[in-house]
Amino acid sequence: MIILALDSSGQTASAAIVENEIVRAEYTTDYKKTHSETLLPMLDEITGRVGISKNEIAAVAISAGPGSFTGLRIGSATAKGIAMALDIPVVEVPTLEVLAFSLWGNDAVVCPIMDARRDQVYNALFRFEGDQMVRLTKDRALGIDELAEELNGLQKRVVFCGDGIIPYREKLEELLLVEHLYAPAHLARQRAASCGVLGMRYFREGKAVPAAEHVPVYLRKSQAEREREKKMLLKGDRA
Amino acid sequence: MMKEYTDILAIETSCDETAAAVVRDGHEVLSNIIYTQIAEHTVYGGVVPEIASRRHIEKINYVIEAALNEAKMTLQDVDAVAVTYGPGLVGALLVGVAEAKALAWAAGKPLVGVNHIEGHIAANYIEHPELKPPYLGLIVSGGHTHLIIVKDYAEFEILGRTVDDAAGEAYDKVARAIGLGYPGGPKIDRVAKEGDPYAISFPKAKVNGSEYDFSFSGLKSAVLNYLNHARMAGEEVPKADLAASFQKAVVDVLCEHTIAAAKQYGIREIAMAGGVSANSALRAGMADAAAKAGCTLYVPSPVYCTDNAAMIGAAAYYEYRKGVRSGWDLNAVPGLRLGKR
Repeated sequence: MIILALDSSGQTASAAIVENEIVRAEYTTDYKKTHSETLLPMLDEITGRVGISKNEIAAVAISAGPGSFTGLRIGSATAKGIAMALDIPVVEVPTLEVLAFSLWGNDAVVCPIMDARRDQVYNALFRFEGDQMVRLTKDRALGIDELAEELNGLQKRVVFCGDGIIPYREKLEELLLVEHLYAPAHLARQRAASCGVLGMRYFREGKAVPAAEHVPVYLRKSQAEREREKKMLLKGDRA
Repeated sequence: MMKEYTDILAIETSCDETAAAVVRDGHEVLSNIIYTQIAEHTVYGGVVPEIASRRHIEKINYVIEAALNEAKMTLQDVDAVAVTYGPGLVGALLVGVAEAKALAWAAGKPLVGVNHIEGHIAANYIEHPELKPPYLGLIVSGGHTHLIIVKDYAEFEILGRTVDDAAGEAYDKVARAIGLGYPGGPKIDRVAKEGDPYAISFPKAKVNGSEYDFSFSGLKSAVLNYLNHARMAGEEVPKADLAASFQKAVVDVLCEHTIAAAKQYGIREIAMAGGVSANSALRAGMADAAAKAGCTLYVPSPVYCTDNAAMIGAAAYYEYRKGVRSGWDLNAVPGLRLGKR
């Protein structure tokens, strides 16, 4: 059974082919954001390279957010198109799980942070129990101060991954009272192989959705909606 | 066995319409599905790009499936997948482009990227297969105002374009200023029917020194100035008269430029296209002007004037026949120019 996996939620563009317990191929780039130009050619390259036929593909696993709004939609539309053409389902893998799963087996609290702009990170906390990755929080957008406070309260060793490390490392050093580490480069960012291996697990557990129904999880409303709600609230205050 | 027909599945997501269609041989529309988001954007007074992009990704598979179902086809039955890759809102375009590429890749079909403006022009082939290049084309929409010579299928010479606002943009801005709301085109058109087009004299939307270019920003400012003066003087603004007079100024310049170009280049066939060509005053004005000049006017039905995918399928057919194929690296080009790839 073959699953294709895609991640274009952040700076990296990544495509992978997972066949049962084996990652047949993975192609990851992290140089500039031209996911629209690179993602499908990368997938085309690796499927050709390992010679799979399209009718062997059982599902498309997609890193389903949070992340860059546009990046997420490029990945989602690619997944939806392939799945529709092949009449197969989509497996949605939360991006923060994709990131955390690269640190499989770690006994620290696994803390992926993605730069969410506006002084926030997208984050969730995980730990590993045997073979299982256990989620400790839901996906959320929060300030780095708030996150540091929460981690200090846990009083456990923490390991960070994600593209939020670069902009927030200095701040974390200032705020953190608990022992902590930063994942090395090859484990620090989104990888489609991680998405595909998790996707394979979820697919076997029956967690797949029809291609038409899949939409990315943004965790945030559009700026226009936020501003409109703020205006309505202000009006409400005055009334 | 050779197939007798060329069937193209076309996808269009350049603005606030999620659309898919199956078109046979560039003119026979086997299906034309449009999911419009206008109501949702109305509260913001215009299209919000991020909201438009979110709706596209939610609706796109349903719209494509409906287009194939209505055409009684599967993806395997179509000869190519076509998609609008510009001009338009980049985030919105990217949804259609990524989806179309993935469909074509997975189904093993050729991919044809289509220019949205070229699609508007090709909308005329759907109902008027007798229309053949060369002819004069006028594309007027919310984002575009172009006067062109269509030299051959998919070959264009641009005579004039707007140097600032598109005609449809001027409609939206004026409609907002007189409290009619979004979208401005149909709303002004309706109110103008009750008004006197000669009540107020507005300046012509011309550009000094360039014969066929348009400038709607000056006209829009003249309307806003008129409103300000009236308000300061405490006079009530005759909305219907203002709408009718503004509309006349727009229609007059579009007709004058088009007819002047027809005469200069000796072309007797004129095709109008784009969302604003659904406007009743423009249709009537251009029909009159064309008849007086001895020209034949072609205009699509309103459903093919506003954004749709059938027109993309029509344009794609001629590109496909010319051998145009897009690669898996096709990207959205928000500022794509007519006649450029």
